[in-house]
Amino acid sequence: MHIAIIGNGISGVTAARFIRKLSDHRITIISTETDHFFSRTALMYIYMGHMRYQDTKPYEDWFWEKNRIDLKRGYVEQVDTAGKKLIFKEGDSLSYDKLILATGSTPNKFGWPGQDLKRVNGLYSYQDLEAMEQYSEGLKKAVIVGGGLIGLEMAEMFHSRHIPVTILVRENSYWNGVMPPEESAMINREIIRNHIDLQLGEELSEIVDNGKGEACAVITKSGQRIECGYVGLTAGVHPNIKFLENSDIETKRGILVDAHLQTNISDIYAIGDCCEQRQPKPGRRGIEAIWYTGRMMGETVAYNICGKPVAYNPGIWFNSAKFLDIEYQVYGNVQARQPEEHQSIYWEHPEGNKSIRINYDKKQNQVVGFNLMGVRFRHEVCEKWIKEKTHIETVLKDLGLANFDPEFYAKHEQEVLNIYNKQQGKNLAVKEERSWNKVFAFLKS
Amino acid sequence: MSQVQKSMSLANPAPPFTDLIQKIASAVGGVGLLFMVIALSGAGAIQNSVWLYSALGLIMVGTVVYSWRAYMTKPEGIKNNGVWFASLSSKGLWGWVLGIVLTGFYVVLYWFPQYLGLGGEDAANTGLVAFFDPLSRVLSGNPASQWFVYGTLYTVAILSFGIKFILKYRHNKYQVIRTISVMFFQLGFAFLIPEIMQKLQYPYYSFTNMWPLNYYFFYDWNLTTLLGAGNVGLFMLLFGLAMIFIISPTLTYFYGKRWYCSWVCGCGGLAETAGDPFRHLSDKSLKAWKIERWMIHGVLVFVTLMTVAVIYSYYTGDRNVLITKPIAIGLIVLLGAFVIAIVQANKKEINLSKDKLSMLISGIVGVIILLAIIAYFTGNFVIDGGLLRSWYGFAIGSAFSGVVGVGFYPLMGSRVWCRFGCPMAALLGLQQKFFSRFRITTNGGQCISCGNCSTYCEMGIDVRAYAQKGQNIVRASCVGCGICAAVCPRGVLKLENGSVDLHNKTTELKAIHIAEGDIRIL
Repeated sequence: MHIAIIGNGISGVTAARFIRKLSDHRITIISTETDHFFSRTALMYIYMGHMRYQDTKPYEDWFWEKNRIDLKRGYVEQVDTAGKKLIFKEGDSLSYDKLILATGSTPNKFGWPGQDLKRVNGLYSYQDLEAMEQYSEGLKKAVIVGGGLIGLEMAEMFHSRHIPVTILVRENSYWNGVMPPEESAMINREIIRNHIDLQLGEELSEIVDNGKGEACAVITKSGQRIECGYVGLTAGVHPNIKFLENSDIETKRGILVDAHLQTNISDIYAIGDCCEQRQPKPGRRGIEAIWYTGRMMGETVAYNICGKPVAYNPGIWFNSAKFLDIEYQVYGNVQARQPEEHQSIYWEHPEGNKSIRINYDKKQNQVVGFNLMGVRFRHEVCEKWIKEKTHIETVLKDLGLANFDPEFYAKHEQEVLNIYNKQQGKNLAVKEERSWNKVFAFLKS
Repeated sequence: MSQVQKSMSLANPAPPFTDLIQKIASAVGGVGLLFMVIALSGAGAIQNSVWLYSALGLIMVGTVVYSWRAYMTKPEGIKNNGVWFASLSSKGLWGWVLGIVLTGFYVVLYWFPQYLGLGGEDAANTGLVAFFDPLSRVLSGNPASQWFVYGTLYTVAILSFGIKFILKYRHNKYQVIRTISVMFFQLGFAFLIPEIMQKLQYPYYSFTNMWPLNYYFFYDWNLTTLLGAGNVGLFMLLFGLAMIFIISPTLTYFYGKRWYCSWVCGCGGLAETAGDPFRHLSDKSLKAWKIERWMIHGVLVFVTLMTVAVIYSYYTGDRNVLITKPIAIGLIVLLGAFVIAIVQANKKEINLSKDKLSMLISGIVGVIILLAIIAYFTGNFVIDGGLLRSWYGFAIGSAFSGVVGVGFYPLMGSRVWCRFGCPMAALLGLQQKFFSRFRITTNGGQCISCGNCSTYCEMGIDVRAYAQKGQNIVRASCVGCGICAAVCPRGVLKLENGSVDLHNKTTELKAIHIAEGDIRIL
């Protein structure tokens, strides 16, 4: 059996690796982007000089041949679902028995005048990085449109080379559609502390052409004109599925898939950023363009293809990011606007660059989520607490089990507990200290 | 992307972001070095203590002020911007220049000290060595030797660049405390105490330098010196033995080899401080790891053989070790019993992985076969202890640990010696792998495979390969510097000690479920 995978990102590559673990099927990974898999999340570090491109490749180049995974560079223009054939822009074609679509995302453009000029680009692909690099020569100023994770990454990149940056954020606080107000405010402060010009409540109106087909300035909704040599479009992404327009694979915003990640056509599957769940799990979105969900889908699809049907279940939500120098981790249910039935315990370091938020259900007193800024928590411990609907007081007393900060870091467990004590008029004390032996016993229990 | 580029930038992505104060600081440090060059050239005018202390002071002040401006003017956090763009830290022209200069310095230091101005039996020191006489006289009462010059510069480097490292990682308490520790042990235990001991008419002895790193510990002259120095000498001898057999194994059991390699050891101290700008240059490939294992364990076998021969000759007075057929057969029987014991013990409780067990056993069986062949064909054979000793001193003690070990910092990273050559690291590494509570824990499924951990691992461990599987990292070579955990942008790695899972440290307790505990990501 020949399994073709379009896309060599984390989803497609994880699928290939697990198919190889489970079977001897012939596997071909097709990409138009790069010869080998690299970590997309590490693109920023190449630009900043922390790593070279080759350092971002999670597997050495011999890995693919050794594991009998064929790699093909090419752009799939058409999927012939009836003939089970891929037709490439380059003119050739490739037959498959089963097909996995893992084509990822592409940056959003909302019809802004000038959005297709030169010196205007998103940040998703290796080619986007090359464009950024190319136009960074002699660059005096960059404007970034969009207040999401990639926008801030892009700002950090330019900032690392001392290129002045302005970020236009439509909302009145950075990423406040996802982050609760306190954490969002912390990120605002962090951006400003790094001398990045953060313009909240400001939107792009148009991008100005310098007469040579290149951007030279932006004009905002409020009429402000900002001269700049580069415009970063980072107002989110959408599934990269344009090449399927004329196929009979059913799509909405993304490629529609069932619980087993199969499309409306049998033997064709879609995973990662490009797919959309017909019936997302409660509390989850149909499209989740996240590294971790892509990886889970890659594994799930491998089982389904290799005759071990298993429904996609992403488990308890988790994610992470880094806002300049502030690390961020989230486990479980933490929302920007807290639902009525939830209560937060929010602790913030006096210096304002670290915080711990623990959400719980007011009626049941069960923990539902953790939001961490500048503090590291253990994934498995948080997950187990949430999964087992642990009582909030147990969690707070044993909070040391969750801490994942390096040795000698200051302990804040009692301070967090004191906030709860104050709220509830109680006088509880921290019980479990930080120790691997105790964590191990807890996880095994 | 088939092209391998050092930097894909068209523009210079790392323009000189140094400010005026940094330029002045560089000049100040440069003047300090210049004094030494002038002294080396033999100019008598500056051969006095004022010039010496000025030179050392200027170097330290220059380095500290420069780093202060580099780090304290920016928010705290990871400071790796432009590391792969700067010529010095990315094997560019300046990297090669520095590599060649350092290598040249070591060659002169080890084999041509007369060019540094080392005096002979009756002749006084001249040049650079004489320049250091005043400090040496204060500390030990003797004129300087080339080793004193080296030791002083080495200590100055660890102190200056240690302060730089602390400023760079001031947000990370583990790094700050660890760096203060290496600075303390270098200044006190490796530099001042041995010198002062000499002034007090005691033997030169560094308490933190143990066998097998200190390969001459069992040499006849060292044993004779220690045994001839009364109670203090006896204490030194016993302390040295306790270090090897009690203190070191105990500490390694509790904390991993990091207690020594990145907290105490001088070689590690220089690598962690002055070598920090080069840590990312270590080779992370699987091939490099294979070479590393053969080399470092080869050196361990070499030093053990050499030491056994040396002790044998100390007692018999004969530099040749005679291995008769009965001895060879005895050794074979002993090793065979050891293999059987390991296999039996493993069935019951140790539970080594198949890989580890077969590695261990095949190694021992290899030695047995070798012994058997030699015993069968030659009967008795002779090991020339004196020859072993002089080759070890030349090839490992000088050429590897010094010339290559530090000289190649800008080309192969800061831990070339620790990774490929140090028998101490090999010994502690075996213990760390098989019998220590230490490991690096991976935080569930949070890894994004970015590669910062692997890139900045000075020991060339592909940390990411484990982290992205959700697997803990238990590697013999890990010195526990903690930089992987520091540079991780997602909070995925943590250095931890724990006894509950001593022999299953890499078991995938964790892993990233995809379906309610049924299936786990490997």
